[in-house]
Amino acid sequence: MIRDITIGQYYPSESVIHRLDARIKFIGTIGYVIALFLFDTFWGFLPALFWLGTIIVLSRIPLRFIAKGLKPVLFLLIFLALFNLFLTPGQTIFEWWIFNITDKGLENAGFMALRLMFLVIGSSMMTYTTTPSQLTAGMESIFKPLGVFKVPVHEVAMMMSIALRFIPILLEETDKIMKAQQARGADFESGNIFRRAKALIPVLVPLFVSAFRRAGELAEAMEARCYHGGKGRTKLHPLKMKGRDYVGLALIIGFVVAMGFVP
Amino acid sequence: MVRFENVTFEYIRRDEEGNVDSITTALDDLSLNIKKGEFVAILGSNGSGKSTLARHINALLKPTEGKVLIAGIDTADDDDALEIRQRAGMVFQNPDNQIIAETIEEDVAFGPENMGMPTDEMQQRVDEALKRVGLYKKRHESPNRLSGGQKQKVAIAGILAMKPECIIFDEPTAMLDPAGRRMIVETAHELNKKDGITIILITHNMEETVGADRIIVMDKGKIALQGTPRQVFSKGEALKALGTEVPAMTELAQRIGLEGCILTREEFVEAYKKALR
Repeated sequence: MIRDITIGQYYPSESVIHRLDARIKFIGTIGYVIALFLFDTFWGFLPALFWLGTIIVLSRIPLRFIAKGLKPVLFLLIFLALFNLFLTPGQTIFEWWIFNITDKGLENAGFMALRLMFLVIGSSMMTYTTTPSQLTAGMESIFKPLGVFKVPVHEVAMMMSIALRFIPILLEETDKIMKAQQARGADFESGNIFRRAKALIPVLVPLFVSAFRRAGELAEAMEARCYHGGKGRTKLHPLKMKGRDYVGLALIIGFVVAMGFVP
Repeated sequence: MVRFENVTFEYIRRDEEGNVDSITTALDDLSLNIKKGEFVAILGSNGSGKSTLARHINALLKPTEGKVLIAGIDTADDDDALEIRQRAGMVFQNPDNQIIAETIEEDVAFGPENMGMPTDEMQQRVDEALKRVGLYKKRHESPNRLSGGQKQKVAIAGILAMKPECIIFDEPTAMLDPAGRRMIVETAHELNKKDGITIILITHNMEETVGADRIIVMDKGKIALQGTPRQVFSKGEALKALGTEVPAMTELAQRIGLEGCILTREEFVEAYKKALR
């Protein structure tokens, strides 16, 4: 069923990592990304592997699920490795026709590819262990200080959570419109990619019209329920830092600082 | 509780240069007084001004001329809009387009969150409201999986959590199946009787108005007819001229020549048995 699709890549579980405050996970991810750029020898990957491995084990997410997350960046990974392999100047160790592999190139290719893999897996760990609504709430809370610079933090967070709520509804509606048009002879399945894309235009037009209508009605319903922006708003489930969150934060800071000392 | 004093409302349509293109008068010098605890049903054909009337009650629209007073507060002042909306909640037609949050519980909390209520009190009110409509067990689930009737109940709970004095239902059953319809109308009556909440029910379905204290029939932005259901539905011809009808039971009773104005099945059965004797 189209309404059963999962949004984001959340992997439901009851692990410690899942229960961590979303803000801690967000800060942790940023810290981890920074740490990955603090070293330039292969030695740095050892502590990074240890850190990432601990998180993966604690989160109880199967390795196969994590490996699947690498698929979308596989192409980028190969490209990055190949470019580094062939285009880095240095001592030639292998030569054939126009290809010229240097020792430096080999090293760079391996290093870059490893770093990208660590980046992708590490940041997906956040989306695997945090529901989209927790993530929005966490980001709203973290970026709140930006409100001083007139950044509409609350509004953006509200937009994100409304978008998440309406994705399944709009998908269902798309399905309905497509079926209605198929019933009248529309063909979405044959022809080349351009033909198929063109067949989708008559689906998108009514979908947009309906999305605007829904947006209008939703705005009215929100206003009718006293919505007046983020000012003076409280939360049913306010984010609260617990003991484990402070421990997590301390560990993150420790990790990033330690990574700074890696040769 | 709800007071309209000579209210006129005009929808002004402008062309691209901002010149007035056309003016539609949706409410025309309308005066109305709804008492606290009253159950009022509003009928009328499309474009008769029913929904415009409803949107004036919680300050979503403001009168072009005249005055609307909710519990003595004038809706014209923007500063009082939140106070008015907390007192007079509104349930809309499309169940999907009024649910904001991703879990039922969080959606019910949306109103109280906007009011800036402390978390403990909010949780308590949300739980109470959800128990009231019988959805407490599902509080952590996604509203997407509920039936239309249940979604409308979530919307009702969202208003109950704000402790309103009045609830306006704007065609709440138009997109529901018969079971969902019954559920919502029954809930409305229960809230009226047990909690003393003033109910204003706008509908196209005659059967839903039978239990009301008063029926108001709107036509072209004016009140064309009002009175108890019996008074209103005994004027079958006048109603037809206004583009509405009488409940099926009333019509049937009239056609077979039963005496009096019959509103419900039970009454019909009674009167029919009597006639047979």
